[in-house]
Amino acid sequence: MEFRFFYHFGSYLLMLKGMFSKPENPRMYWKQLMQQSVDIGIGSLGIVFIISLFMGGVTTLQTAYQLVSPIIPKATIAQIVRDTIILEFAPTLTSIVLAGVVGSKIASELGNMRISEQIDALEIMGINTKGYLVLPKILGALLMIPCLVVIAGFLGIWGGKVAGVMAGIISNDEFMKGLRQELRIYNIFFALSKSYTFAFIISSVSAYYGYNVKGGALEIGKASTTAVVVSCVLILFADYALSAILL
Amino acid sequence: MIELQDIKKGFGDKQVLKGVSATMEAGKVNLIIGASGSGKTVLMKCIVGLITADSGKVLYNNQDFTAMNEQDKKSIRQEIGMLFQGSALFDSMTVEQNVMFPLDMFGVGSYREKKKRVLECLDRVNLKDAARKYPAEISGGMKKRVGIARAIVLNPKYLFCDEPNSGLDPQTSLLIDKLIKELTLEYNITTVINTHDMNTVMESGDHIIYMFEGLKQWEGSNEEIIFAKDERLNDFIFASDFLRDAKEMRQMEIFRDKNWRDRLKKPE
Ligand SMILES: Nc1ncnc2c1ncn2[C@@H]1O[C@H](COP(=O)(O)OP(=O)(O)OP(=O)(O)O)[C@@H](O)[C@H]1O
Ligand SMILES: [Mg+2]
Repeated sequence: MEFRFFYHFGSYLLMLKGMFSKPENPRMYWKQLMQQSVDIGIGSLGIVFIISLFMGGVTTLQTAYQLVSPIIPKATIAQIVRDTIILEFAPTLTSIVLAGVVGSKIASELGNMRISEQIDALEIMGINTKGYLVLPKILGALLMIPCLVVIAGFLGIWGGKVAGVMAGIISNDEFMKGLRQELRIYNIFFALSKSYTFAFIISSVSAYYGYNVKGGALEIGKASTTAVVVSCVLILFADYALSAILL
Repeated sequence: MIELQDIKKGFGDKQVLKGVSATMEAGKVNLIIGASGSGKTVLMKCIVGLITADSGKVLYNNQDFTAMNEQDKKSIRQEIGMLFQGSALFDSMTVEQNVMFPLDMFGVGSYREKKKRVLECLDRVNLKDAARKYPAEISGGMKKRVGIARAIVLNPKYLFCDEPNSGLDPQTSLLIDKLIKELTLEYNITTVINTHDMNTVMESGDHIIYMFEGLKQWEGSNEEIIFAKDERLNDFIFASDFLRDAKEMRQMEIFRDKNWRDRLKKPE
């Protein structure tokens, strides 16, 4: 088990190192980056919309449920919702879901290319496949996932407001007042740091498992499951580590 | 010219190649034949470097490919065209885009010139009509032909084909053989083909290497193969009554030519 960990970690690092070489044709690499960004970014918008709206709504309802004391002003609910969403839910929950959506897509796409020898075909042409296939996916994820997290943050807070007003817990004005209380910019920096870290984990880990598929079609499925599971565990681990270091 | 020196390769405790040496000359169609599982694909992948051989050397025009750094390997590879056993077309691209891809990556010239070259190649493999289709929408034989078009689009110096005519009807198969032969002569390409198609062997085999259980069992031209005494080779090549008859006819045909002894370098 230990040895397998070191084996995977070592070849993961080698893959990352192998990505960097002079592009054979920068225009094609750029095209590939744009393509991947669209795939990752636009392709995941729908699911990010849905989860962030509900996440925000549920956070408001549950916070209100826990704050029963009449001494605490209603606006505090909005403040707590805002901070919870910015600190944890928007970056981490969104990334966990994206690990499923984007991670499995990356792993199965590369896995399929490996099994059907498309990667070999590129390699034979004299193309650095790590650079051409893996690097644009990682860069695309680094570009798009933080944007998705920001969108998730806004939508989450908006969803929280709508849910609060609809349930009659808090008025629109009170919520807006709470949102403006004691906003710390550092929290947003923290959320973005997390989203960049998670984006890198999702894309590079999934690419590693997809790129190194051996065997047949069955292994593609296994690789994408492993990619998602490992990404999720690493995200949670990194979440803890970043919270311990940065907060 | 490609030279192999004592190539060995094993997977786990299974020794697939047990020391293969051979020379493949430019302007000739070099065939690697042998039973299914005899290591043809592994040998081809060792030659192009997709699989690293355990020991032995591969020389491209006297340059040691096995000892090269990545950058030099890349520049040799840009002179290689390869058709894979499963075609290996990029399934997110149309037929035309597949053939265009190497040109986009390495080619020079305007879009119009590239497009012209692509259509030229597709025309050579009789596939002009399928240009806008996706690989999932065409038959296995058509995929093979697209694979060939993609392999030749950059005018390679070395052409590798892993079973170019398995799964093709006899007519298309002959067409492909003829095309490969023509290209080989026209551009003085070093062509290496894995096959177990007897038509290919007889029609275009300038130099034939017969593999048996990871070793080179026999090597010679397609005229020499008619007179080969090697029992394993004969069992493999002339497996059916029909083929044995064909062989005898071909022998008689050759005997009618007075100079047949001179034509064959080494009659056994
Ligand atoms: N990656 C691999 N790992 C383990 N064994 C392998 C691997 N690749 C090939 N082999 C083994 O090597 C042997 C030769 O395989 P190869 O694909 O070269 O056969 P082949 O001569 O091309 O057969 P065919 O005519 O069916 O294509 C087979 O027994 C196969 O099991
Ligand atoms: Mg094979």
